[in-house]
Amino acid sequence: MKKLNRIKATTKVDFATYLGVTLAFLIVSALQSGGMLSNAMNSWLVPICCFIVMAVSLNLVVGISGELSLGHGGFMSVGAFSGIVAGMSLAEAIPLAPLRLAVAILVGAACAAVAGFLIGIPVLRLRGDYLAIVTLAFGQIIKDLITCLLVGYDKDGLHIVFNLDGLRTVSDLHLEEGGVAIIKGAQGAVGITKMSSFTAGYILVMVTLVIVLNLIRSRTGRAIMAIRDNRIAAESVGLNVTKYKMIAFVVSAALAGAAGALFGLNYSGLVSSRFDFNTSIMVLVYVVLGGLGNIWGSVIGAAVLYALPEALRGLQDYRMLIYAIVLILVMLATNSDQLKGLLGRLIPGRKEKTNG
Amino acid sequence: MADKKPTHKGKMVPLPSRSIVPERDVHTRPVLETRHLGIDFGGLTAVDDFDLTIGRTEIAGLIGPNGAGKTTVFNLLTKVYQPTRGTILIDGMDTAGKTTSQINRMGVARTFQNIRLFSNLTVEENVKVGLHNQIRYSGLEGVLRMPSFWKKEKLAHESAMGLLSLFDMQDLASHQAGSLPYGAQRRLEIIRALATNPSLLLLDEPAAGMNPSETAELMENIVKIRDTFHTAVLLIEHDMSLVMGVCEGICVLNFGRIIAKGTAEEIQANPVVIEAYLGKKKEA
Amino acid sequence: MVFFSYLFSGISLGSIYAIIALGYTMVYGIAKMLNFAHGDVIMVGGYICYCSMTYLGLPAIVSILLSMVVCTVLGVVIEGLAYKPLRQAGSLAVLITAIGVSYFLQNAAQLIWGVTPKIFTPVVSFPMPEGLAAMGLSSVAVVTMVTCVVIMIVLTTFVNHTKLGKAMRACSEDKGAAQLMGINVNRTISLTFAIGSALAAIAGVLLCSYTPTLIPTTGSMPGIKAFTAAVFGGIGSIPGAFIGGLLLGIIEALAKAYVSTNLANAIVFAVLIVVLLVRPTGLLGKYVPEKV
Repeated sequence: MKKLNRIKATTKVDFATYLGVTLAFLIVSALQSGGMLSNAMNSWLVPICCFIVMAVSLNLVVGISGELSLGHGGFMSVGAFSGIVAGMSLAEAIPLAPLRLAVAILVGAACAAVAGFLIGIPVLRLRGDYLAIVTLAFGQIIKDLITCLLVGYDKDGLHIVFNLDGLRTVSDLHLEEGGVAIIKGAQGAVGITKMSSFTAGYILVMVTLVIVLNLIRSRTGRAIMAIRDNRIAAESVGLNVTKYKMIAFVVSAALAGAAGALFGLNYSGLVSSRFDFNTSIMVLVYVVLGGLGNIWGSVIGAAVLYALPEALRGLQDYRMLIYAIVLILVMLATNSDQLKGLLGRLIPGRKEKTNG
Repeated sequence: MADKKPTHKGKMVPLPSRSIVPERDVHTRPVLETRHLGIDFGGLTAVDDFDLTIGRTEIAGLIGPNGAGKTTVFNLLTKVYQPTRGTILIDGMDTAGKTTSQINRMGVARTFQNIRLFSNLTVEENVKVGLHNQIRYSGLEGVLRMPSFWKKEKLAHESAMGLLSLFDMQDLASHQAGSLPYGAQRRLEIIRALATNPSLLLLDEPAAGMNPSETAELMENIVKIRDTFHTAVLLIEHDMSLVMGVCEGICVLNFGRIIAKGTAEEIQANPVVIEAYLGKKKEA
Repeated sequence: MVFFSYLFSGISLGSIYAIIALGYTMVYGIAKMLNFAHGDVIMVGGYICYCSMTYLGLPAIVSILLSMVVCTVLGVVIEGLAYKPLRQAGSLAVLITAIGVSYFLQNAAQLIWGVTPKIFTPVVSFPMPEGLAAMGLSSVAVVTMVTCVVIMIVLTTFVNHTKLGKAMRACSEDKGAAQLMGINVNRTISLTFAIGSALAAIAGVLLCSYTPTLIPTTGSMPGIKAFTAAVFGGIGSIPGAFIGGLLLGIIEALAKAYVSTNLANAIVFAVLIVVLLVRPTGLLGKYVPEKV
């Protein structure tokens, strides 16, 4: 009977998470249609959804799989630019915008998953901080590669030129008349048709939550967490460590790619430096402050911490300074020995990994 | 409790290879055979020329002074360390090139001297991780919550509770493994190993930190495990009452080499063993 | 000839990376933390030197010393306020705090000095023999290389042959055991931060002499690169940081010259990945197997 109660406990948390997100969506939508949100606030909605997905998916790697990744922004970048290319070039093939957005998100997720798999091969052979630095390096490489990318499409299909020497321009794409250049190297993607919407963002968040939460509460998720807790013991009970680390890594990358596609299609222009090291770090901050391995914590962490610097805009130059101070103080308050015990009792389920 | 100990012990008889196994196992293939097994750590030979055969249902002991290389043998058998020399046969199959997890799938499960549980998972989840290769469904089935997910999860729950009931631990199922008392953690490790359905169970100092009555209970349980799960057991232990009480064949290791093999009586009477443990007798 | 000018440029950039990486690697070796704020201490060092020379009109050498003093104090204060309370906390908590400190320093610098780039005049400049100058070797490059080698030698001697150095090595092996042997672990860690930050100040001055524009984010990219260099050489190892830094600088300069300006960073990072695949703990890093 006790066991049944426990199932209910985790299920309860999961459903509370779904319910909370849905309620928040409904309330914000109501406010939006009532014209109660400022333009600035309206513009945060899609990015907040994207960063919630980013935080939840990064938590799968950092919290659940226990590997520090400093390159999550790289997967978002892959997803964003491949999603933009898909969304733009399929304009005629799929006239229905929401469907095209869905396809673009899937393309973004698929491309990021492939990138995740490729980078996972070297990354997962390493441990600890060495693994972290390789993910960081990967994020930088992606950023630079996209800076060298020229992509356009015309009636013959996609044209891609790699601008290695920095001398090529859009004209090297040799587009037919009526062709459109989508990614213009260092200028990034331009002239994007905006397709993302808050509703799409909500759906993506829900899908992400279902995937991640169901994965964690399944045989696969248990294996991933077992490997995090004790790799050698996990091997000794017959778990294929590389396989499960790879699953966590690729699923996380795919979700980040989906978030990237939604993010990319929310703006008319996007440069690859938008997804630099700082973006990866920012998402990591959401995850750590939300609680490692704590999925609803990541949702709240991302929403609150994305909105915080935006809300502090009134303070102008001081806002990032205040943000930095808040960040340090929160870390000190939640992690120094005296306060940690107290907080651990207030927030059950908050786990801190000490030997990361 | 100690009075009924010898009843389960079989007579030891030699195999053609001159290794000894219990008489009842002589016609089945040994569960484990090692030949000339050895490992060097940077020029230092930690284990050398380790030959051991374990019968299908044998309870065997591996003893020796501290630093003799007992745990290293376990790490070699489970491929945590790659052997420098020699072969390991599990069920007659060569294990060259196998990984730790493949060794487990071939039928060898172990516990650790310094307990290694999945400490952030619950007791039940620890056992379910042990059942990982016994009750299978794909990640996709899990994410989509297909009927197979519910069916297999129910099965896993029932199996886990069944295994936990072996050591009367059902009531602890929802506790975090890391928060259990020491003795319970040791028992959980054994249950987790059993969940992988091994044909050979390696126990590394299972009685460490237990009081005499707990040790006596453990002895009963080791025999019960062998009889219920039809598995062989190889254990490292310093508690001689346990080793002598429960082990049929005993292998004594000193400085990485086997110095004696035989039954409890033979080992107890062996002067080389006594010397290894107590040092050379001095004239008074 | 052109090749040599690229090579010298690479060595001098690499020397700067090496000095920064030495700071990273020492702090990592002892505190086992990735101090992401290290790059921003470099930036502060650059600004202090700039202000002292431009506004106070102090001579270069005094400005450098001033900048070292300020950075040392800054490093020790950061360690005491932000990192010391987290000694027992998880490594991620410390990492995030370090990121917070990094944000703080960048934004504080932006408030104090603004976003408009300051143009830094190289601290030293003397005429070079013509042959060398023709090969593209500048006086700044010579000073940078010499400084780097001197620092490397002094640091190695300090760590290997002094009592404090021994204490540092003991702390990096095992803090608990070091404490039992009567070593003041907290003070040793502070000392490490002090040395690392003083090195950062020197690196800042040299960096600004190499690329004369100074903005609040000047330190972040070299910081990341130097961190990469430290990992490249084997994090925690002093000669490793030196070799890693030099190699990284050379690879970057040559990649920029011969492959692609846009892809120079990508190439540097790709080389890092390849090196870590072949040697998972860097060039000179120790592999410590997990005890079972």
